[in-house]
Amino acid sequence: MIKTVGGYWDPIIWIIAFIVIFILAYMIRAIGKKEYRKGEQIKPFLSGMEEPSKEAVHIRASNLYWGFVEALKSYYETMKKMHTGIINDYVAWFVGITAIIFIAVFIVGII
Amino acid sequence: MNWMQHLPAFIIAIPLFAAFLTPLIDRINKKARNAFVLIAMAITFILTIILFKEVLEKDIITYVMGAADPTQAIPKQAAVPIRIVLEIDGINAFMALISALISLIGLIFSFAHIEERGGRFYTLFLLMVVGMLGMELTGDLFNLFVFLEIASIASAALIAYEFRRGSTTEAALKYIIISSLSALFVLFAIGLLYGEYDLLNMAAIADAIRTTGLSNIDKIALILFFSAFALKAGSAPMHMWLPDAYGEAPGAISMVLIGVTQASLYALLRICFTIYVDSMHVIFPAIIIILGLISIFIGVTMALIQEDVKRLIAYAAVAEVGYILLAIGVGLYGILNNEVETYARKALQGGLFHIFNDILDIGLLFLVASGIIYITRERNLNKLGGLAHSMKYTSILFLVGLAAVAGLPPMNGFASKIIIYESVYKVSPILSIVAILGSVVMLAIFVKIFHSVFTGPKITEYREVPKLMLASMLILAGLIIFFGLFPDVIINNVVNPAVNALIENTDYISKVMGW
Repeated sequence: MIKTVGGYWDPIIWIIAFIVIFILAYMIRAIGKKEYRKGEQIKPFLSGMEEPSKEAVHIRASNLYWGFVEALKSYYETMKKMHTGIINDYVAWFVGITAIIFIAVFIVGII
Repeated sequence: MNWMQHLPAFIIAIPLFAAFLTPLIDRINKKARNAFVLIAMAITFILTIILFKEVLEKDIITYVMGAADPTQAIPKQAAVPIRIVLEIDGINAFMALISALISLIGLIFSFAHIEERGGRFYTLFLLMVVGMLGMELTGDLFNLFVFLEIASIASAALIAYEFRRGSTTEAALKYIIISSLSALFVLFAIGLLYGEYDLLNMAAIADAIRTTGLSNIDKIALILFFSAFALKAGSAPMHMWLPDAYGEAPGAISMVLIGVTQASLYALLRICFTIYVDSMHVIFPAIIIILGLISIFIGVTMALIQEDVKRLIAYAAVAEVGYILLAIGVGLYGILNNEVETYARKALQGGLFHIFNDILDIGLLFLVASGIIYITRERNLNKLGGLAHSMKYTSILFLVGLAAVAGLPPMNGFASKIIIYESVYKVSPILSIVAILGSVVMLAIFVKIFHSVFTGPKITEYREVPKLMLASMLILAGLIIFFGLFPDVIINNVVNPAVNALIENTDYISKVMGW
């Protein structure tokens, strides 16, 4: 157990709580409807087309989070421009940040 | 002769001598070379454990290089320390322990795949360890610069180890330019302080600044140190070299490079908490906090769009550096505002625990990624898939790393992050919000890797990674789970002495100055 600012964290208690909640959830699931037909009811409807087997489908990495990246398109365009891969730019960023710290220390605040 | 007295020197000397003997043994027998390197590294690791125990008993250990009495920091004829002094308190011992541990695990991993030019590889590897440990044990600023250079040159050569791929040479060239620039700034700052005080010993400089007050020269030196070590630590927006270097380094070198990066973080801690803390303005912790937040944000968002598995993990490593900087910044801010017991101590506890967790979690993910690249010869996430069919153990180990780095309970990453979330909340809730959101995106990032690499249909039949690779990953995963389930073990015995050393900096100064 470790003390945090607002309370404490005990992983063993968390694991016990997790197991208890898991068992309760499993028990609730077990008392579900008896007329449930395994396989048939979870089959998706794809405009009448046959669903491909799970093994035949794999969404590639670049397609994941497409919506998130699309929503932040302008941010990512800026970020890509920033990450040029050119060492001169890396050095420029370093010099720029050092200059900002100089300004912050000597003009905005006095150490 | 009391061998224990020379413990700090042995920790640097053993890998140093082993580094230069390795090419000779390599010419005789490759297996003997591997055994020799392993024994040297294992002895170094055991010595760091003994050193840590010694520090727990004695609080601070000083060792004067080349002196008749190595415990006497100031010679009888002098008023200030003039020789090279190794000074080890809780934070030095903590960092040295982590570095030696991670180097030993990295070495075991390397045995599985380093075949060509092994003699040179292990020589450079041990030199990198010397640089890292030297930076973490020295109490002398110029010595710090020398070890920084040793670590940087050895690291650059190791990044370029697979030089047949042009991108590795390019990454190494970028790394050495960035390292040289950073070292130049450090050397300039050391020169300014030496010109002002005629001193190179950190404790003596801290004492001089306390006595005379902070001059403009001291401020300039602080800014130069600060930006140079922040650059080397991989803080955004000066992080661009880091994905290049980590992404192109061979196998376990990506993981051991985290140790080199953290040695720079240690230097930043020592400069801020020991030399300057008594005269520092709150603008400095504010800058550290801002850099931490930027690192978290840029790290996680840029990781999300990467297609190269190692570059993706490298961007996540930038975000992890952000968490550490955030905690350190809040800790320093609390000390300057006399809020040590309210939140500063806890913030530093979280930050230092996260240094340990970062190297384990990101280290494990780098090892898994290196194992995948070794087996499949592919690093593009779009071309990988279905590996869980043939690499069951590797996929389980990746899941452990994923849960840990994303801060999922009950892993070690959660334990350190919850301390950080709660302590930084005391300064501003916005800090906690950014940190928690960063963890959420971090989870999404590693789910992306797991989905694209391990799930889906089997594309090609692959074998499991070699046993030595698996063994090194298992050690890391075991440590992650153990420290996740029993975080109090490491916090009470390892992290808290380091936190105390940072907060009670007077002891570090008085031990050398003989008050």
